[in-house]
Amino acid sequence: MSEPLSGLTTSQSASPVLQGGVKRGSRSLEPKAPLKGGGGAPAGRPESFTPNIESPATTAPRGVSTARRLWRNGAVRFGACVLALLVAGAAAAPWLGTIDPTLIDPASANLPPGTSAEFMTLGGDTFQHWFALGSDSLGRDLWSRMLYGARVSLAVGAGVALLALAIGILLGLAAGYFRRLDGVIMRIMDGVMAIPGILFAITLIAVWQPSLATIVIAIAVPEIPRVARLVRSVVLTIREEPYVEAAVALDTPAWKVLTRHILPNAIAPLIIQGTYVCAAAILVEAILSFLGVGMPPEIPTWGNIMAEGRTQFTQYPQSVLFPGLLLSFTVLAVNLLGDGLRDTLDPKFNKRGG
Amino acid sequence: MLTFLLRRTLATVPVLVIVALIVFLMTRLAPGDPAAIMVGDSASLAQIEQVRAQLGLDQPLPLQFVQWSGQVLQGELGKSLFLNQSVASLIGQRIEPTLSLAALTIVLTVLLAVPLGVLAAWRHGGWLDRALMSFSVLGFSIPTFVIGYLLIWGVALKTGWLPVQGYARLADGVLPWLTHLALPALTLSIIYLALIARVTRAAVAEALTEDYIRTARAKGISERQVLVRHALSNAAVPIVTVIGIGVALLIGGVVVTETVFAIPGLGQLTIDAVLSRDYPLIQGITLFFSIIYVLINFLVDASYVLFDPRIRY
Repeated sequence: MSEPLSGLTTSQSASPVLQGGVKRGSRSLEPKAPLKGGGGAPAGRPESFTPNIESPATTAPRGVSTARRLWRNGAVRFGACVLALLVAGAAAAPWLGTIDPTLIDPASANLPPGTSAEFMTLGGDTFQHWFALGSDSLGRDLWSRMLYGARVSLAVGAGVALLALAIGILLGLAAGYFRRLDGVIMRIMDGVMAIPGILFAITLIAVWQPSLATIVIAIAVPEIPRVARLVRSVVLTIREEPYVEAAVALDTPAWKVLTRHILPNAIAPLIIQGTYVCAAAILVEAILSFLGVGMPPEIPTWGNIMAEGRTQFTQYPQSVLFPGLLLSFTVLAVNLLGDGLRDTLDPKFNKRGG
Repeated sequence: MLTFLLRRTLATVPVLVIVALIVFLMTRLAPGDPAAIMVGDSASLAQIEQVRAQLGLDQPLPLQFVQWSGQVLQGELGKSLFLNQSVASLIGQRIEPTLSLAALTIVLTVLLAVPLGVLAAWRHGGWLDRALMSFSVLGFSIPTFVIGYLLIWGVALKTGWLPVQGYARLADGVLPWLTHLALPALTLSIIYLALIARVTRAAVAEALTEDYIRTARAKGISERQVLVRHALSNAAVPIVTVIGIGVALLIGGVVVTETVFAIPGLGQLTIDAVLSRDYPLIQGITLFFSIIYVLINFLVDASYVLFDPRIRY
């Protein structure tokens, strides 16, 4: 299970290095969720590397429900609250003092935060608007753009996590259970991991036209190998269990053995992994938009707002600072949620570290 | 030792082939006719036909891949559509800033992260440990470009000590080179630092629980010796490994950092290529970075022998 270490060379235990007796090193690096290495997204997931020395929250007495146990964890509480607030804000954006985030008014360009001003649309309609966070160089309301931008970020985060999990689970189950497929699938996964994730996404989006679907796919594909490896390693350990052998002996069809007897063992680590994938995806989407290779510039996303504001960053830092802070805060919340889930749901992981 | 290197090299080959295949397929499986996309909207049918023949797009896909791989093996990455130069020479022109930035970042990070990680593991639960762990969670959450702008704003603009943007060639003097790269390298190192410090801490903490540490202490050798000679050297393999794996983060970060600091390196070339839809150039750069990444990790694997004498092949 030292696979994450071997990085990109080989995913099977064929790695001579890791058999060679690096026992001590590899044990400490024996996370449930493999390292996000090849992905290249700035939100690495080395959280999973740490053998959580403190090992909190796992000593809850028996009989306490999982939900209660989760809620006791501060990181989970914080992450879940921030995320819930953000989802609510994004969903209720039209009623939270926003105007159409694409409306342009050159006369109200670069207003400082907290200004109230007359807004005149290009059509000639005028109305009074309070610019809570100021406006950008085209006079668009920053607060509205950020709130609507949250929709894109959250959609991409959730979409990428679900897609990467779905495909990763399928490939991991197939590779772990059907010996003949194992070599082929894992070799391809090694290849995908060897391409730095952001470059992969940039290339794919450049070739296909940028749209929400393309971006979700482009960010999800580099995440798939880690999910597949995780599922595969669970399958490889669980398939030797007597109850699985019993099910096989009773002529249970393979799909049923996999979904009913094997996959449930992977649910906790998959939820944790999914959270980290989500955090990384939100970050990568913002980076792609910022670089000008993500969502089309007219669509408000946090990265697009920052890309637009960066030319006049020194005079009017608000267009870069506010979305940047919100983005960091969101990713931090999701990462902390993942850490909290890991500490609570994955006691095996904790014991190993302690 | 030699057989090990040979086996490792052989294991790298299929990875490289699959990387090449993926990069190849990404541009060939695009919706629409790649030849038409490549020549742009205003091209005539005859031009499209010409490009198609030129690129061998009229051949069956597997044959195209074999031909393309053959060219790549000879270092022939194709020709840029707009810059009228070969992809390989473009990469060659732009590699110095990127290499400088990456090298400086790696040196800076390793010099900071390893001692910090060791100290955190030594006094684990202490203030340094907690500070480092908080820092690493933050480091993974704050995007590189936000860090970059904060540094430009807080350091370069407020104090005026360092240049805001741009790059000075190493040939024009070490000092300007260093001052131009100081902030970009610091920006880029944050996430890498978070990763390496975290793994160092975990690996050293694990090593410190071993019996030989107790023996070493009982022998009465200095605590520094215990940490460096016994704990750190036994934790070296995972640390070197993550330094190699983290290069992927670095490559993604280079693209972003070069944009923020207006450094004319490979990252900017990538963005230019994407914005002008210069497919051969995009393909070439992606392949180049991936091969570098694979090779670095191959070297990391090979270096295990130096760090752990128990590894014999």
